[in-house]
Amino acid sequence: MRIPILKLHDYLLISVQVELDDQTALQFQEDLLNKIHQEGSSGVVIDLTSVEMIDSFIAKVLGDVVEMSNLMGAKVVLTGIQPAVAITLIDMGIMLDEVPTALDLEQGLDKLQQELEG
Amino acid sequence: MSVQSNVEVHTEWGIVSARQAGRNLAKELGFSSVDQARITTAISELARNIYLYAEKGEIIIESVERMQSTGRKKGIKITAKDEGPGIKNIRQVMEDGFTTSGGLGAGLPGVKRLMDEFDIDSIAGEGTEITTIKWNS
Repeated sequence: MRIPILKLHDYLLISVQVELDDQTALQFQEDLLNKIHQEGSSGVVIDLTSVEMIDSFIAKVLGDVVEMSNLMGAKVVLTGIQPAVAITLIDMGIMLDEVPTALDLEQGLDKLQQELEG
Repeated sequence: MSVQSNVEVHTEWGIVSARQAGRNLAKELGFSSVDQARITTAISELARNIYLYAEKGEIIIESVERMQSTGRKKGIKITAKDEGPGIKNIRQVMEDGFTTSGGLGAGLPGVKRLMDEFDIDSIAGEGTEITTIKWNS
Protein backbone atom coordinates (compact mmCIF):
# COMPACT_ATOMS: atom_id res chain seq x y z
CA MET A 1 0.00 0.00 0.00
CA ARG A 2 1.33 3.48 -0.86
CA ILE A 3 0.24 6.84 0.46
CA PRO A 4 -0.49 9.35 -2.33
CA ILE A 5 1.59 12.54 -2.34
CA LEU A 6 0.00 15.55 -4.05
CA LYS A 7 1.90 18.52 -5.46
CA LEU A 8 0.55 22.05 -4.98
CA HIS A 9 2.90 24.69 -6.43
CA ASP A 10 6.05 24.53 -4.26
CA TYR A 11 4.40 22.34 -1.65
CA LEU A 12 3.59 18.69 -1.22
CA LEU A 13 0.37 17.64 0.51
CA ILE A 14 -0.25 14.27 2.10
CA SER A 15 -3.39 13.11 3.83
CA VAL A 16 -2.83 9.81 5.58
CA GLN A 17 -6.13 7.96 5.21
CA VAL A 18 -5.05 4.42 6.00
CA GLU A 19 -4.05 2.70 9.18
CA LEU A 20 -0.26 2.89 9.11
CA ASP A 21 1.54 -0.41 9.23
CA ASP A 22 5.33 -0.44 9.47
CA GLN A 23 5.97 -1.16 5.81
CA THR A 24 3.59 1.53 4.56
CA ALA A 25 5.18 4.07 6.92
CA LEU A 26 8.71 3.26 5.75
CA GLN A 27 7.67 3.26 2.10
CA PHE A 28 6.06 6.66 2.63
CA GLN A 29 9.28 8.01 4.16
CA GLU A 30 11.21 7.03 1.07
CA ASP A 31 8.51 8.16 -1.38
CA LEU A 32 8.27 11.59 0.25
CA LEU A 33 12.03 12.23 0.15
CA ASN A 34 12.18 11.16 -3.50
CA LYS A 35 9.23 13.41 -4.35
CA ILE A 36 10.82 16.41 -2.58
CA HIS A 37 13.99 15.80 -4.59
CA GLN A 38 12.14 15.34 -7.86
CA GLU A 39 9.82 18.35 -7.53
CA GLY A 40 12.19 20.68 -5.67
CA SER A 41 9.49 21.30 -3.06
CA SER A 42 10.13 23.81 -0.28
CA GLY A 43 7.36 22.75 2.08
CA VAL A 44 5.34 19.68 3.04
CA VAL A 45 2.13 19.26 5.02
CA ILE A 46 1.33 15.80 6.37
CA ASP A 47 -2.27 15.66 7.56
CA LEU A 48 -3.00 13.03 10.21
CA THR A 49 -6.72 13.78 10.80
CA SER A 50 -7.75 10.21 9.92
CA VAL A 51 -5.01 8.51 11.91
CA GLU A 52 -6.43 6.89 15.04
CA MET A 53 -3.22 5.54 16.52
CA ILE A 54 0.45 6.50 16.53
CA ASP A 55 2.74 4.09 18.36
CA SER A 56 6.42 4.58 19.11
CA PHE A 57 7.52 3.13 15.78
CA ILE A 58 5.24 5.32 13.66
CA ALA A 59 6.20 8.32 15.82
CA LYS A 60 9.86 7.63 15.11
CA VAL A 61 9.23 7.28 11.37
CA LEU A 62 7.32 10.59 11.32
CA GLY A 63 9.94 12.41 13.44
CA ASP A 64 12.68 11.04 11.20
CA VAL A 65 10.99 12.06 7.96
CA VAL A 66 10.66 15.63 9.27
CA GLU A 67 14.38 15.74 10.04
CA MET A 68 15.34 14.08 6.77
CA SER A 69 13.24 16.58 4.83
CA ASN A 70 14.86 19.44 6.79
CA LEU A 71 18.27 18.11 5.78
CA MET A 72 17.19 18.30 2.17
CA GLY A 73 15.95 21.86 2.68
CA ALA A 74 12.18 21.32 2.88
CA LYS A 75 10.06 22.29 5.88
CA VAL A 76 7.45 19.83 7.12
CA VAL A 77 4.37 20.56 9.22
CA LEU A 78 2.22 17.81 10.75
CA THR A 79 -1.45 18.70 11.03
CA GLY A 80 -4.70 17.34 12.45
CA ILE A 81 -3.34 15.13 15.24
CA GLN A 82 -6.46 13.85 17.05
CA PRO A 83 -6.95 14.48 20.79
CA ALA A 84 -6.76 10.75 21.59
CA VAL A 85 -3.53 10.43 19.63
CA ALA A 86 -1.97 13.48 21.35
CA ILE A 87 -2.92 12.12 24.78
CA THR A 88 -1.53 8.67 24.00
CA LEU A 89 1.77 10.05 22.68
CA ILE A 90 2.35 12.12 25.82
CA ASP A 91 1.32 9.16 28.05
CA MET A 92 3.97 7.15 26.27
CA GLY A 93 6.54 9.88 26.87
CA ILE A 94 6.92 10.72 23.18
CA MET A 95 7.27 14.48 22.77
CA LEU A 96 8.10 15.11 19.09
CA ASP A 97 9.58 18.40 20.36
CA GLU A 98 11.25 19.55 17.20
CA VAL A 99 8.31 18.82 14.93
CA PRO A 100 6.22 21.78 13.72
CA THR A 101 2.48 21.09 14.02
CA ALA A 102 -0.78 22.88 13.28
CA LEU A 103 -4.46 22.22 14.02
CA ASP A 104 -5.54 21.61 10.45
CA LEU A 105 -4.42 21.72 6.84
CA GLU A 106 -5.30 25.40 6.42
CA GLN A 107 -3.26 26.48 9.44
CA GLY A 108 -0.50 24.12 8.39
CA LEU A 109 -0.19 25.86 5.04
CA ASP A 110 -0.16 29.25 6.80
CA LYS A 111 2.58 28.03 9.10
CA LEU A 112 4.68 26.81 6.19
CA GLN A 113 4.30 30.15 4.45
CA GLN A 114 5.41 32.01 7.61
CA GLU A 115 8.39 29.71 8.15
CA LEU A 116 9.53 30.00 4.56
CA GLU A 117 9.12 33.76 4.42
CA GLY A 118 10.44 34.45 7.93
CA MET B 1 -19.47 -13.91 29.56
CA SER B 2 -16.02 -13.36 28.22
CA VAL B 3 -14.94 -12.70 24.68
CA GLN B 4 -11.51 -13.73 23.60
CA SER B 5 -9.49 -13.39 20.45
CA ASN B 6 -6.06 -14.78 19.75
CA VAL B 7 -3.88 -13.22 17.09
CA GLU B 8 -0.73 -14.91 15.85
CA VAL B 9 2.12 -12.46 15.37
CA HIS B 10 4.83 -13.58 13.00
CA THR B 11 4.65 -10.88 10.33
CA GLU B 12 4.07 -7.13 10.40
CA TRP B 13 0.48 -7.86 9.40
CA GLY B 14 0.02 -9.66 12.70
CA ILE B 15 0.72 -6.32 14.41
CA VAL B 16 -2.08 -4.68 12.41
CA SER B 17 -4.53 -7.56 13.05
CA ALA B 18 -3.83 -7.53 16.80
CA ARG B 19 -4.41 -3.75 16.87
CA GLN B 20 -7.72 -4.09 15.03
CA ALA B 21 -8.93 -6.94 17.25
CA GLY B 22 -8.08 -4.83 20.31
CA ARG B 23 -9.84 -1.76 19.01
CA ASN B 24 -12.97 -3.76 18.17
CA LEU B 25 -13.23 -5.29 21.63
CA ALA B 26 -12.41 -1.97 23.36
CA LYS B 27 -15.23 -0.36 21.36
CA GLU B 28 -17.64 -3.17 22.24
CA LEU B 29 -16.80 -2.82 25.92
CA GLY B 30 -17.64 0.88 25.76
CA PHE B 31 -14.18 2.36 26.29
CA SER B 32 -13.81 6.08 25.44
CA SER B 33 -12.02 7.03 22.23
CA VAL B 34 -8.95 8.06 24.26
CA ASP B 35 -8.84 4.68 26.02
CA GLN B 36 -9.38 2.93 22.70
CA ALA B 37 -6.29 4.72 21.38
CA ARG B 38 -4.33 3.81 24.54
CA ILE B 39 -5.31 0.13 24.29
CA THR B 40 -4.61 -0.06 20.56
CA THR B 41 -1.23 1.61 21.02
CA ALA B 42 -0.28 -0.73 23.88
CA ILE B 43 -1.17 -3.77 21.74
CA SER B 44 0.87 -2.37 18.88
CA GLU B 45 3.95 -2.00 21.09
CA LEU B 46 3.58 -5.51 22.53
CA ALA B 47 3.01 -7.09 19.12
CA ARG B 48 5.97 -5.25 17.66
CA ASN B 49 8.21 -6.52 20.45
CA ILE B 50 7.16 -10.08 19.64
CA TYR B 51 7.86 -9.53 15.94
CA LEU B 52 11.21 -7.80 16.56
CA TYR B 53 12.68 -9.94 19.30
CA ALA B 54 10.94 -13.31 19.30
CA GLU B 55 9.92 -13.52 15.62
CA LYS B 56 6.65 -15.16 16.54
CA GLY B 57 4.20 -15.37 19.34
CA GLU B 58 0.62 -14.46 20.04
CA ILE B 59 -1.51 -11.69 21.44
CA ILE B 60 -4.58 -12.74 23.41
CA ILE B 61 -7.25 -10.12 23.88
CA GLU B 62 -10.13 -10.79 26.28
CA SER B 63 -12.71 -9.08 28.41
CA VAL B 64 -12.35 -9.37 32.18
CA GLU B 65 -14.56 -8.56 35.14
CA ARG B 66 -13.83 -7.91 38.77
CA MET B 67 -16.24 -7.54 41.67
CA GLN B 68 -15.70 -4.50 43.84
CA SER B 69 -17.53 -2.90 46.71
CA THR B 70 -18.80 -0.30 44.25
CA GLY B 71 -20.09 -2.92 41.82
CA ARG B 72 -18.78 -4.87 38.90
CA LYS B 73 -15.82 -3.50 37.01
CA LYS B 74 -15.17 -4.39 33.37
CA GLY B 75 -11.91 -4.30 31.54
CA ILE B 76 -9.81 -5.57 28.70
CA LYS B 77 -6.88 -7.87 29.25
CA ILE B 78 -4.01 -8.20 26.81
CA THR B 79 -1.58 -11.08 27.04
CA ALA B 80 1.53 -11.12 24.84
CA LYS B 81 3.22 -14.52 24.76
CA ASP B 82 6.30 -15.69 22.94
CA GLU B 83 8.96 -18.35 23.09
CA GLY B 84 11.74 -15.97 22.14
CA PRO B 85 15.08 -15.25 23.81
CA GLY B 86 13.47 -13.78 26.93
CA ILE B 87 14.45 -10.52 28.62
CA LYS B 88 17.72 -10.68 30.55
CA ASN B 89 17.36 -7.46 32.47
CA ILE B 90 13.74 -6.50 33.07
CA ARG B 91 14.64 -3.37 35.01
CA GLN B 92 16.60 -2.09 32.02
CA VAL B 93 13.79 -2.62 29.48
CA MET B 94 11.41 -0.73 31.78
CA GLU B 95 13.63 2.37 31.62
CA ASP B 96 12.53 5.17 29.30
CA GLY B 97 14.82 5.49 26.32
CA PHE B 98 16.45 2.06 26.58
CA THR B 99 16.48 0.39 23.18
CA THR B 100 18.37 -2.32 21.35
CA SER B 101 16.44 -1.89 18.10
CA GLY B 102 17.15 1.76 17.29
CA GLY B 103 13.62 2.72 18.31
CA LEU B 104 12.57 5.42 20.76
CA GLY B 105 12.83 3.11 23.77
CA ALA B 106 9.28 4.11 24.70
CA GLY B 107 7.70 0.67 24.17
CA LEU B 108 7.36 -1.22 27.45
CA PRO B 109 7.48 1.71 29.89
CA GLY B 110 4.94 3.37 27.58
CA VAL B 111 2.63 0.34 27.71
CA LYS B 112 2.83 0.36 31.50
CA ARG B 113 1.74 4.00 31.61
CA LEU B 114 -1.05 3.53 29.05
CA MET B 115 -2.61 0.60 30.93
CA ASP B 116 -3.73 0.11 34.57
CA GLU B 117 -2.07 -3.19 35.43
CA PHE B 118 1.16 -4.57 34.03
CA ASP B 119 3.12 -7.77 34.65
CA ILE B 120 6.18 -9.25 32.97
CA ASP B 121 7.22 -12.84 33.31
CA SER B 122 10.34 -13.70 31.36
CA ILE B 123 12.88 -16.50 31.46
CA ALA B 124 16.07 -16.09 29.44
CA GLY B 125 16.13 -18.69 26.68
CA GLU B 126 12.50 -19.71 27.18
CA GLY B 127 10.28 -16.78 26.43
CA THR B 128 8.28 -13.87 27.71
CA GLU B 129 4.71 -13.38 28.84
CA ILE B 130 3.40 -9.87 29.43
CA THR B 131 -0.06 -9.36 30.89
CA THR B 132 -1.72 -5.99 31.05
CA ILE B 133 -5.23 -4.77 31.89
CA LYS B 134 -7.15 -1.56 31.28
CA TRP B 135 -10.27 -1.02 33.40
CA ASN B 136 -13.24 0.85 32.05
CA SER B 137 -13.83 3.68 34.51
